[in-house]
Amino acid sequence: MASEKTYEEINAKIKKGKAVVVTAEEIIGIAKEVGLKKAAEKVDVVTTGTFGIMCSSGAFLNFGHTKPKMKMSRVWLNDVAAYGGLAAVDAYLGATEVREGDPLNNIHPGEFAYGGGHVLEDLVAGKTIKMRATAYGTDCYPSRKFEKLLTINDLRDAVLYSPRNCYQNYNVGVNLTSKTIYTYMGILRPRMANANYSGAGQLSPLINDPYYKTIGIGTRIFLGGGSGFVAGPGTQHAPNEPRNEKGIPLGGAGTLAVTGDLKQMNPQWLRGVSVTGYGTSLMIGIGVPIPILNEEILEYTTIEDKDIQAPLIDYGAAYPNAESGNLGYVNFEQLKSGSFEYQGKQVKTAPLSGYPRALEIAETLKQWILHSSFYLGQPSQTLPSVEGKEEK
Amino acid sequence: MAFVKKRIILYYAPNVVDEPIVYKLVTEYKMVPNIIRANISPEKEGSLVIELSGEHGDFEKSLDYLRCLGIRITPFGERVLWDEKICTQCGACTGVCPSGALTMLRPQMKIAFDAEKCVVCDMCLPACPVKAVRLDV
Repeated sequence: MASEKTYEEINAKIKKGKAVVVTAEEIIGIAKEVGLKKAAEKVDVVTTGTFGIMCSSGAFLNFGHTKPKMKMSRVWLNDVAAYGGLAAVDAYLGATEVREGDPLNNIHPGEFAYGGGHVLEDLVAGKTIKMRATAYGTDCYPSRKFEKLLTINDLRDAVLYSPRNCYQNYNVGVNLTSKTIYTYMGILRPRMANANYSGAGQLSPLINDPYYKTIGIGTRIFLGGGSGFVAGPGTQHAPNEPRNEKGIPLGGAGTLAVTGDLKQMNPQWLRGVSVTGYGTSLMIGIGVPIPILNEEILEYTTIEDKDIQAPLIDYGAAYPNAESGNLGYVNFEQLKSGSFEYQGKQVKTAPLSGYPRALEIAETLKQWILHSSFYLGQPSQTLPSVEGKEEK
Repeated sequence: MAFVKKRIILYYAPNVVDEPIVYKLVTEYKMVPNIIRANISPEKEGSLVIELSGEHGDFEKSLDYLRCLGIRITPFGERVLWDEKICTQCGACTGVCPSGALTMLRPQMKIAFDAEKCVVCDMCLPACPVKAVRLDV
């Protein structure tokens, strides 16, 4: 029986500055060199990272009470509406909310110059935001109108809470129709002239712990340049997705709900984006540390791009019409090479999430742990998973 | 009659690639074409950077002919600028760049921009989610 480590033991090593921490890229070579057993004994934490567009992102903001007091029912930040159906001065700002008056897709494809994701980036960058709110007025909250120029420092609380981030794996978008389409998977040219993919492959957080044996409520993570937590399974978390012989799901599968203090974050890792023809969103950096509790957990982190397959999906017809099935699978080694062959034709590939940035996140998280400024959070409950290591 | 000499970029849809454009520019519109750069393949979108010289009236007529074919024309005075500081290194632009100006350096997966190869087709502008590429006119 190989030795087991506990969270407490690893955290004690981090405190002493003696933990051995490597990235999910580095562990591949280490395990090949010394073997799984020795690698599992030697390495304490493997760090992962991803930096991509995650639409189900947003933040709870508390503006502090006005004088006289106000139950803000409608709230705008730089003319982007936030949801005010909460207590008096709370609101939720979502990444895909587009600025009022935007021409949207009336002239297709729309540009979607500014939205919730941009407001979040501007807040984190310390920029001045124009806030306005309206209310119907009550005996306890008489004020009906409020306007203010504010920065993140003026907010009483700013908490990022994303109901679904960090998809375990994702579709590869293609277009089988005869005209160019503008999707959340980018610009897809006709007759499968190009294919867009998302995700960091062998560096992706949930790819490195495919059965969520160490990830759950309370896992401390790198979030938008600060430290945050996994709040639970994200919406649409689907552990039952078919898996390959390495346990990697052959589609989206697992997701994370994440939360963290927006005031700690850095605009480098929280970027508002305009996706032509689709809308606005937020590009966010997430890194999850995988504690190497035993050899099995270590083995999962040695996953390589060639062993991660993503489904080819036609965004011209199948996806919008909610037709099930796919056109086949492409592995991340092929996707990252720049092209793959499909039915005798070379299809050009492009990523939508930055691999160098994902690597920088994994490296940053590694440095935080090595310098004893980041400790592992032991999940009080791991994410819902499926039994058994392999389906086949 | 005034004589003109201008560099323009023609941007083709796949269905126009079969049209003998240069032949017609010479025979019907009396243009003297000098092809600077071409990226045209059968059944694919293409772009052509071309210098046209001839009488002003003929030049205008030749542009009308090209526009009627659905060819997009942009002056070659424009150039695309890529701002590495704004860029998130995502790579979305590399999927639509037809000339190989925006590419990924492998295995680092970093974006590289070769202005020499850029045909100013503008395809990267809507593809970039953070406006790291822009047109300098």
